[in-house]
Amino acid sequence: MSHTLPRNAGAPLDLDLVLATRVNKSAAERRAATIPTRRTVKKEWQAAWLLRAITLMDLTTLSGDDTAGNVKRLCAKARHPLRDDLVDALGVRSLGITVGAVCVYHQLVPVAVEALGESGIPVAAVSTGFPAGLSPFAQRVAEIKESVAAGAREIDIVITRSHVLTGDWRALYEEVAAFRAACGEAHLKAILATGELATLTNVARASLVAMMAGADFIKTSTGKEGTNATLPFALVMCRMIREYQARTGFLVGFKPAGGIRTAKQSLDYLLLMKEELGDRWLQPDLFRFGASSLLTDIERQLEMFVTGRYAAAHRHPMP
Amino acid sequence: MATVAEIFQTMEYGPAPEADGPARAWLTQHGGRFGHFIGGQFTKVGTTFDVIDPSTAQRLAQVTQGTTKDVDAAVAAARKALPAWKKLSGHARAKHLYALARMVQKHARLFAVVESLDNGKSIRETRDLDIPLVARHFYHHAGWAQLAATEFPGYEGVGVVGQIIPWNFPLLMLGWKIAPALAAGNTVVLKPAEFTPLTALLFAELASQAGLPDGVVNVITGDGRTGAALVEHPKVDKIAFTGSTDVGRIIRRATAGSGKKLSLELGGKSPFIVYEDADLDAAVEGVVDAIWFNQGQVCCAGSRLLVQEGIAERMIAKLKARMERLRVGKPLDKTVDMGAIVAPDQLDRIRTLVEKGRDEGAEVWQPSWAVPTQGYFYPPTLCTNVEPASTIAQIEIFGPVLVAMTFRTPEESVALANNTPFGLAASVWSENINLALDIAPKLKAGVVWINATNLFDASAGFGGYRESGFGREGGREGMYEYLKPTPTPGVVPVVPVVPAVAVVPAARSTPPHSGAVDRTAKLYIGGKQARPDATYMRPVYGPKGALVGEVGDGNRKDLRNAVEAAHAAWKGWSKATGHARAQILYYIGENLSARRDEFAARLRAMTGATAKVAGAEVDAAVSRFFTYASWADKYDGAVHNVPIRGVALAMHEPIGVVGVACPDEAPLLGFVSLVAPLIATGNCVVAVPSERWPLAATDLYQVFDTSDVPGGVINIVTGARDPLALVLAEHDDVEGLWYRGSHAGATAVERASAANMKRTWARWTPSDWARPEAEGREFLREAVQVKNIWIPYGE
Repeated sequence: MSHTLPRNAGAPLDLDLVLATRVNKSAAERRAATIPTRRTVKKEWQAAWLLRAITLMDLTTLSGDDTAGNVKRLCAKARHPLRDDLVDALGVRSLGITVGAVCVYHQLVPVAVEALGESGIPVAAVSTGFPAGLSPFAQRVAEIKESVAAGAREIDIVITRSHVLTGDWRALYEEVAAFRAACGEAHLKAILATGELATLTNVARASLVAMMAGADFIKTSTGKEGTNATLPFALVMCRMIREYQARTGFLVGFKPAGGIRTAKQSLDYLLLMKEELGDRWLQPDLFRFGASSLLTDIERQLEMFVTGRYAAAHRHPMP
Repeated sequence: MATVAEIFQTMEYGPAPEADGPARAWLTQHGGRFGHFIGGQFTKVGTTFDVIDPSTAQRLAQVTQGTTKDVDAAVAAARKALPAWKKLSGHARAKHLYALARMVQKHARLFAVVESLDNGKSIRETRDLDIPLVARHFYHHAGWAQLAATEFPGYEGVGVVGQIIPWNFPLLMLGWKIAPALAAGNTVVLKPAEFTPLTALLFAELASQAGLPDGVVNVITGDGRTGAALVEHPKVDKIAFTGSTDVGRIIRRATAGSGKKLSLELGGKSPFIVYEDADLDAAVEGVVDAIWFNQGQVCCAGSRLLVQEGIAERMIAKLKARMERLRVGKPLDKTVDMGAIVAPDQLDRIRTLVEKGRDEGAEVWQPSWAVPTQGYFYPPTLCTNVEPASTIAQIEIFGPVLVAMTFRTPEESVALANNTPFGLAASVWSENINLALDIAPKLKAGVVWINATNLFDASAGFGGYRESGFGREGGREGMYEYLKPTPTPGVVPVVPVVPAVAVVPAARSTPPHSGAVDRTAKLYIGGKQARPDATYMRPVYGPKGALVGEVGDGNRKDLRNAVEAAHAAWKGWSKATGHARAQILYYIGENLSARRDEFAARLRAMTGATAKVAGAEVDAAVSRFFTYASWADKYDGAVHNVPIRGVALAMHEPIGVVGVACPDEAPLLGFVSLVAPLIATGNCVVAVPSERWPLAATDLYQVFDTSDVPGGVINIVTGARDPLALVLAEHDDVEGLWYRGSHAGATAVERASAANMKRTWARWTPSDWARPEAEGREFLREAVQVKNIWIPYGE
């Protein structure tokens, strides 16, 4: 399915649209708060949705103390996210469940590429001076190119927040467009660092500009901001994806990241995607979770579904 | 059944049913049959009718049709419980209300499931909205009970209150009714709607277990006949009703002249206004909460979508996309947006009205999916190509049907919004605070939500303007609906003596000709002295039958003209600042004071009062003008502490054009006591002065003229009080009526007021207008209506 989608070619910067876009915060919060109360999935449906959540996961490690050892461990888990007995009990062996991608720093890209081998699981690299994005521009562009050369198929870039906070939309547009050009065939995920953009209106405007500049995905957070992914941020970004699609026809992906740790949270995001954008955004080419500890909680919930007993984390292989 | 692997591919929703075991067990425990709950216990089951689960059309239970005898028993139980309940300290009553709040919370899920089964509304709504709001209402009013003595000094409970509630929010409406009633020291007979009596019975049972004294809350079930018996019961001191405007009218007529206090929360056709700078995605979600909340069976549902023309196409497209994703299904399924319509009658009504809309040219749009065929379901529906002249744009459909119209300018949006006999609620969507806060006060509605809709809280009054009823529920303003001034113990009210029999004119009834220029009192309309339409005069006699003068004999045409003049003046007067109104009231007082002796002489000539008494009346009138001049810039509203990030502004707004029928006692002071508070708060009045001694009022023309009172703010039509008052009561463009006179006159006025549901304040026992109670807050409260403007904020 992912091959059928035309890639976002970008669009001219439409400042009229950007500046006319306003988000009512209270209303956005009300809607976000009621998505998980209006919808729920139980039993078989919940199990199936949680399995889907696994396939939508960018299994991530982004720590200063990452080494080849823990990244290899992560990649093994990415290829084999669920215990065999659970896979069989759920009757989903034929689905070949793996995570959506593995996300690491540039230095660990070669390790991950090798560890994932022929699995087909792409490696994503965070880039452009992640997480603050304040290193020299040329270096940030070069970093993208090096990661792509090292085998990363997805590049998670960070935007310069000051462009948003000072309303320099053209600078933001040009920055993201340059990053996109540097990516070549690799897909670009634009991290907006929503927790540092001050207002939902800024989040909406930055989303539009990033998409106009050619982002394949827009992503909430680095995981390092004070506030990371939240349902209101996700709601606003999804509505902008809808708006962009209505105007250009391009489908842009969405990736919430940071703070998504529980199976329940992951279901809330899936509900939001289904309700606001539709089922097409429940595929890995248009939706990913950035997460590190989420998988273990999902495994526990699936085991609970299979056995009827509450599960323990230590009974599941750690990522 | 789908396998996990299949669902993984489709990513569809599955069933997520809330268990109904405990709710069914409660019904079974009662054998599925209920009597009334009177005096702390269930009565024997009488003649029953079925209670239906609207999502299956299956019988849930049988309840008893309340007879007149049952109503008698319930009222007797409430009356028996009243003295002890009233005597309890505020703190003791607070403890009971607190226990009720805790009781509702403890049994929240049971209430939620029973409510969903009985009404057909979704478990999400009963669980997340109805039941938490009920608990909140009892907590809030536990506070008012605790504070009653200090916050409402000089007031006490009305007595036994009859409460009749609708089927759309059964337990929530029970909470809104019972909590303030009990907090204020009343006892209650409550009749739930015949479609949805179950949670009221459950509440009564659990309240009793929570230690509420027997007879404080009684529940009788039945249809409209039971309600009528309660309304007409002579031992009931107040009726509180929520329901249709048609039934509200019947109740208004039935209680006319009974002395029963009355609050009515009726229908609506509330506008949902979207301006071109609104967050459209937010507004779309607002529409969902406005008209697809509780299947649109909401009195304050935003059922008229008014969209600025330039964005209408986008808004409608977004709305249709959103509607396509709504889910209608089993109410106990935790993943539906809408449940079932309450009853087949209601479903038929919705279908018929939508078809009528289609016949009249509306484009009717519904999502592609189908609603369940078993049970009573109706899909979310959007009607475009609708004009104000369309039936469905005017009639309250009370279903999930939205009609959409466009407007060009903010001014036109207000005109369209107010183009309805109703005035319950309105929703305003704009990111421009200047626009939103400019529009909110212009809307004729008791509640205005800015960038939000259907927000409720116990601390903010809820209730309507116009034919949406009167009275407020919630907040301080709601407490007054259940209170009355306490008679001062030991003081016998000084009632001025007005000779009941007309004075026989003396044989020579022409005043001795003094040689002065003839002075004829005319009517005072639009700031000008006007000859009566029919040129007949009424003689005014002195105490011994001597002719003191003549006044015009006003008729309905004179009143029509006066009302027109008052409306013309109201546009400016209602917007005048409190300070400006105060200046004018002070000035009236000043000019009246300057002519003290002349007015005193006139009073003496008419009533035969002593110089001292007549002078004191003029002095009191001067003082009264000063009182209301003082109040004019001080009768503030409030900022309610609602549980949102934002504020709810409770604004005191004038009622509009108010008729005043003045008493004969204290012909000057009575007139001033009624007119001054009304104009101080921004109303314009059409006053009928004392029928017998009207010259004290007509002499005021010159005072008004010299005091910068804008023409039309005060209009005076002399003549026969009761016939004139009746004309005012029947006038659809008179929005309030204050009556002081006979019991027959008061009854006629209250009955006639039902046509446009104007607010009346009628008394038929003469007052001592010199007492301090004859001015102040009670008068001001009656002179305004409270509009709650909810303003969520945050960027």
